[in-house]
Amino acid sequence: MDMNEIKEIFFQECEEQLAELESGLLKLNDGDRDPETVNAVFRAVHSIKGGAGAFGLDDLVAFAHVFETTLDCVRSNKLEPTQDVLKVMLKSADVLADLTNAARDGGSVDESRSRGLVKELEALAHGEVPAPSAAVEAPAPKAAAPVVAVAPTDPSGFQPIPFSFDDFGGEDEPAAALPTYEVTFKPRAELFSKGNEASLLLRDLSRIGEMSIFCNTDDVPALHKMDPEGSYLHWVISIKTDKGEEGIRQVFEFAEWDCELDIKLQEDGAASAEADSELPMIPVPFDLSLLDAGPAVAEADTSADVAAAAAAADTASNVMQMAGAAARGEKKESAATAAAAAANNAQAANNPSAGQTIRVDLDRVDRLINLVGELVINQAMLSQSVIENDNNGTSSINMGLEELQQLTREIQDSVMAIRAQPVKPVFQRMARTVREIADITGKSVRLVTEGENTEVDKTVIDKLAEPLTHMIRNAVDHGLEMPEKRVALGKNPEGTVKLTAKHRSGRIVIELTDDGAGINREKVRQKAIANDLISADANLTDEEIDNLIFHAGFSTADKVSDLSGRGVGMDVVKRSIQALGGRISISSKPGQGSTFSMSLPLTLAVLDGMVVTVAGQTLVVPLTAIVETLQPEASSIHSFGATQRLISIRNSFCPLVDVGRILNFRAMQANPVEGVALLVESEGGGQRALMVDAIQGQRQVVIKSLEANYTHVPGIAAATILGDGRVALILDVDAVVAASRGQSLKQEMSLASVG
Amino acid sequence: MSYLVKNLTQGSRELIAFRIGDQEFCVNIMSVREIRGWTPATPMPHSPSYMKGVLNLRGAVLPIIDLSARLGMRPTEPSPRHVIIVAQVNRKVVGLLVEAVSDILTVTDDNIQPTPEISSDLEKQFARGILAIDKRMICLVELEGLFPDESEAA
Repeated sequence: MDMNEIKEIFFQECEEQLAELESGLLKLNDGDRDPETVNAVFRAVHSIKGGAGAFGLDDLVAFAHVFETTLDCVRSNKLEPTQDVLKVMLKSADVLADLTNAARDGGSVDESRSRGLVKELEALAHGEVPAPSAAVEAPAPKAAAPVVAVAPTDPSGFQPIPFSFDDFGGEDEPAAALPTYEVTFKPRAELFSKGNEASLLLRDLSRIGEMSIFCNTDDVPALHKMDPEGSYLHWVISIKTDKGEEGIRQVFEFAEWDCELDIKLQEDGAASAEADSELPMIPVPFDLSLLDAGPAVAEADTSADVAAAAAAADTASNVMQMAGAAARGEKKESAATAAAAAANNAQAANNPSAGQTIRVDLDRVDRLINLVGELVINQAMLSQSVIENDNNGTSSINMGLEELQQLTREIQDSVMAIRAQPVKPVFQRMARTVREIADITGKSVRLVTEGENTEVDKTVIDKLAEPLTHMIRNAVDHGLEMPEKRVALGKNPEGTVKLTAKHRSGRIVIELTDDGAGINREKVRQKAIANDLISADANLTDEEIDNLIFHAGFSTADKVSDLSGRGVGMDVVKRSIQALGGRISISSKPGQGSTFSMSLPLTLAVLDGMVVTVAGQTLVVPLTAIVETLQPEASSIHSFGATQRLISIRNSFCPLVDVGRILNFRAMQANPVEGVALLVESEGGGQRALMVDAIQGQRQVVIKSLEANYTHVPGIAAATILGDGRVALILDVDAVVAASRGQSLKQEMSLASVG
Repeated sequence: MSYLVKNLTQGSRELIAFRIGDQEFCVNIMSVREIRGWTPATPMPHSPSYMKGVLNLRGAVLPIIDLSARLGMRPTEPSPRHVIIVAQVNRKVVGLLVEAVSDILTVTDDNIQPTPEISSDLEKQFARGILAIDKRMICLVELEGLFPDESEAA
């Protein structure tokens, strides 16, 4: 995943945030004074600011910061959100959207408008109340310090390239000793679709002799007529080589069918001079290896040689700057061409279309998955009935059915692949976040990730990014100490942040560990008392104090920074995790760091389960929870008290839990000797032996929500549909184990129990 | 079937009538998604007696309610001849187990007589009126009354 993709995700999220921002402001405008609405608006701006900071979109950050500061005043009730205030804010939201669009698509924003709004916002923040410290810090938006990424281009990102060849004309006249060939290379669109690249071919060509290139752009149509995947450029290359025509053809060997290639032997001397005057073909010495270097390197070159580049050509395009600088500085290098650079540029513009994605409503994907699941079941039932009614096993119907079966399997696999995705992209985005924050805070941080390929539902992945970013920011900004302090404490000056993902009893557990200072409990306590979260004489355990950081408006950072520390951190994280049906917990050791542990459901992810029978019902037990299975013998069952029974496994005793009894499928406890015991490990630790009647086998099942149409059922995590089309329930091992500890399964007031 | 033609004026609405035991009930046709035959359902643990279990409705888990038991009458002994009315109640889809679907009625509000004063809370909760059609008595059931939106309750 490259930067562009990550940036694209950010912009997609920006759109969502902006929509939320606007709807929140409109709600406020309608007289809604719910603090939650204000918080939502604030969060939207804060998230945009954070993301923009990570991508170096300075204008956006500067504006969002001012906006946020004003919103903070509203949030802390220092500023009454009157109609007039909201008018300014809605205008600001528009400007924020404009800035976001400008950052994505290029183009410019109305500077005077945004500057005017900044003044208005600042006036509001300073207005009726003593100015909050944050407002003082707020920087005015820099007039124009655009990063290269947002260099002004026209909306499509394409730009004509005014570039003067005059400066280097005729410096390297072809040496007369070798024969000169004139090669016309005209790629067709197929060439690119097969993964060939013109610039690479040209570079290969440059290896067999000294050459100069002219890129013919006559065929390039007007922008609105341009097919992004079409091929419009062709090159005329003059090459001096001893390899002969054969050698040149060899370079194009694999592309020959997809391009028009014309090779002519040129008369030396006069002919080549003639060619020079006829065609505007001027040899441009240019090191093609530069094309290999990432744009960042090239950019550095450019800035180092900025004066030279400016003198060389009046360039606007980054690529051409690069060519100019290279042409000046590295004339001695073997020949190449600016046209190749232009081709590269054109291809860079084409590239985004290759990895195009569409955002599809998850409901649609879900429906597709459901229907495909039905298809598989129907197909199985159809096969069954055909086999029953037909004793001629080789009939064409059977053959067709078999093909159908393979097809449906394949469709099912592909459809499932749409939903379940590895957490890798999110983790990769975090790496970027860590680097950025480390830069800003001046700390040295290493991010270690584990279990990146753990698959989890797309919804979970999408919604994981935001809380994770907050947590990582917190971990680096507040958790880790400054390098000097770490050295003083005898720690490695480089802090470590570890991000792990794993499946555990049918859930995904994501842990974020830092080896920083841990939670400063005294400070948390003081802050909580100052914010009226707890009373001054409250007697709290360490755990309770740690959990205080999940309260809204809680931040232990002394000063407000660009990145974090406004108290939108952990409460938002907790709420996002809870919205996903997850739990979050924290454990912290002073001086050694903290661990945040999130446990999330794998909604709709594929689950490996053991299909078992309990009291005539088919249940699925998540395989991850099962340690081993065993057939209990009468001699290893021991009664313990009135109703409890223990089973001895290798000389240790483990409580026996009758699943049928706990789920109320039968009134009496079953005889353990007739069943099978599943040794399970629950999230809270500790082993239990679950008694079931029989094991049917293992299979992958698709998790179906029970809550969608029914309600949460204690002891049941979800449902699934088996091959015969019937619904089977997936056991919630943790809940069953908890129930066996004496906490009865919680009976909730619900659809089922009302009345 | 004179009533069908009689009231095709504005304000008329269509109802689906079904039978439970010897009584007839009807619900608004707009909330009915489909009607299907009974297939054995997967029982749910810790569920009330009228909850027959869950079925697979094209990949969605569909809870099946024994309407007879839900209305406080005798629990149904389901057979393949029984019918499940798949209905949308609030934002959920539920299956209602009934004996048979008997009719589709088009009525106006004038046809609906108010529910007589009765002592039972249960009847008050779901009954929205009574229709007299062809000397039959059909009770108009409001499903929302049977399954209140639990998000409010929770």
